[in-house]
Amino acid sequence: MASTETQPKSEGDLTPRREDTVASGAPAAPARGGPGGDLAGLEAGLDALDTRATTRTPLPRMLRQKALPPLIAVVLVLALWQAAFALHLKPDYQLPSPLMVWDALAEEWYKGTILGVVWQSVSRGALGFVVALVIGTPLGLLVARVRPVRAAIGPILSGLQSLPSVAWVPAAIIWFGLTDATIYAVVLLGAVPSIANGLVAGVDRIDPLHLRAGKVIGATGLRGVRHVLLPAALPGYVAGLKQGWAFSWRSLMAAELIATSPELGVGLGRLLDTGRSYQDMPLVLGAILLILLVGIGIELLVFAPVERRVLRHRGLLR
Amino acid sequence: MTATVTTAKTGAAARIAHVSKAFGAQQVLDDISIDVADGEFVTLLGASGCGKSTLLNLVAGLDAPTAGTIEVPGGRPALMFQEHALFPWLTAGRNIELALRMRGMAKADRPAEAERLLELVRLKGAHRKRVHELSGGMRQRVALARALAQDSRLLLMDEPFAALDAITRDVLHEELTRVWAQTGVAVLFVTHNVREAVRLAQRVVLLSSRPGRIAREWEVGIPQPRRIEDADVAGLSVEITEQLRGEIRRHGQH
Repeated sequence: MASTETQPKSEGDLTPRREDTVASGAPAAPARGGPGGDLAGLEAGLDALDTRATTRTPLPRMLRQKALPPLIAVVLVLALWQAAFALHLKPDYQLPSPLMVWDALAEEWYKGTILGVVWQSVSRGALGFVVALVIGTPLGLLVARVRPVRAAIGPILSGLQSLPSVAWVPAAIIWFGLTDATIYAVVLLGAVPSIANGLVAGVDRIDPLHLRAGKVIGATGLRGVRHVLLPAALPGYVAGLKQGWAFSWRSLMAAELIATSPELGVGLGRLLDTGRSYQDMPLVLGAILLILLVGIGIELLVFAPVERRVLRHRGLLR
Repeated sequence: MTATVTTAKTGAAARIAHVSKAFGAQQVLDDISIDVADGEFVTLLGASGCGKSTLLNLVAGLDAPTAGTIEVPGGRPALMFQEHALFPWLTAGRNIELALRMRGMAKADRPAEAERLLELVRLKGAHRKRVHELSGGMRQRVALARALAQDSRLLLMDEPFAALDAITRDVLHEELTRVWAQTGVAVLFVTHNVREAVRLAQRVVLLSSRPGRIAREWEVGIPQPRRIEDADVAGLSVEITEQLRGEIRRHGQH
């Protein structure tokens, strides 16, 4: 092994003296002098060799890959629908054409009420979701981290998740009458278990090594929860939030559909019920379409970006 | 020892006195006593089942000994694992800044200090890199920087290079020696690799297995910088390996 001392060093020099590299063929550090320069160059070479460049798919190709297939599927469904209508499989008042549904929605639009109706439901859903978030998060943390709590209410919480929240509507009406409280109670009973369970699942999947590393750097107690536990559980938590929103929205529609009263205002559920009572099938289908669109829209605009961001930051996205 | 030792042996970075640890009926560590002086580099060497990792966990305060005392005068020791254990939701720099924050450093001072630590492990400019974008060797260097960010007088290392390829491991040995000399931090380094132990340490402590007891100690008088291929390193490694094999053989006899 050749040891070459390039420069004389003082007695107290703390840096390694040998300037040769492990792999003799490694490129010398360009224009990087000073002690350890060769090691730095070697290291830079290793880093460059070992690092994979991550490229993001260009937008046009991503659109082609992600947006085109669902678009084609929607067009196909519309075409089938139109064909069924043209073949008169059912009478028109039972199976209207896509255009008739569009006209019904356009009519609501020109009445100037439709935005208010959608907003009524969306704002209720959003508020209910936020309250569910505020309740579900600490609840999930307690269930995940405190063993007696988990033993006591963990199974109940997962059980509640499979209970259709529409089942709560009659009970809520008896408790709260035909008020907003009834609607929010049903929404909360639907969304809180989902959010809490998502957090529990997220916490359960945390790499124990991260918890130990957190303890080592002094992130204990509430600081540990904030800086290690919650961020580590984030992927599961976001999945829970997504499901929590879906449950909020579903429960809200069930509640609006059943609990109808002038004081409650007109939401999408009420619009649906109006269509039913007038045997107005285009309006019914239009309302269903709007409910679906809001659900998909919130998912695409709010949750999908958050989830992608969380996963991409952790290198979990292909 | 050599001129690379910066700190005189004034105080102790860790005092491990008559420590035993049992998990249920199983005795893992038996009457271990090791003093690590300020700025000293000690490796704990042993085969499987010698309880080296258990001992580090005890020193780190992640677990409590069944008997005996452990004193760490410099406050909570830093600990580096075999896996990098960096938080994947933070960038490399933010991982270091979190350790600085937990140490109580003011927010305004953190970015500069994180940058300084990254430069110390020669990762200048990696502050905004995500953990998954770094190679194995780079991750361990960020982990080293995060450990140093705790500004502890004692750095515990639990086979931190075991999962790396040979070239990278060799480079990181050199890095660690340099960083140790520059910072004067005391290191308690656990490994099952005899050459690695001799390459790095001022003192090698050999543990026997089941239960872990101190079998023998060697002062390593080979001047730094050393290379893992050095004849002196190889010579002492042969001697230690013989003893280690003897310890392992005892377990096959009954």
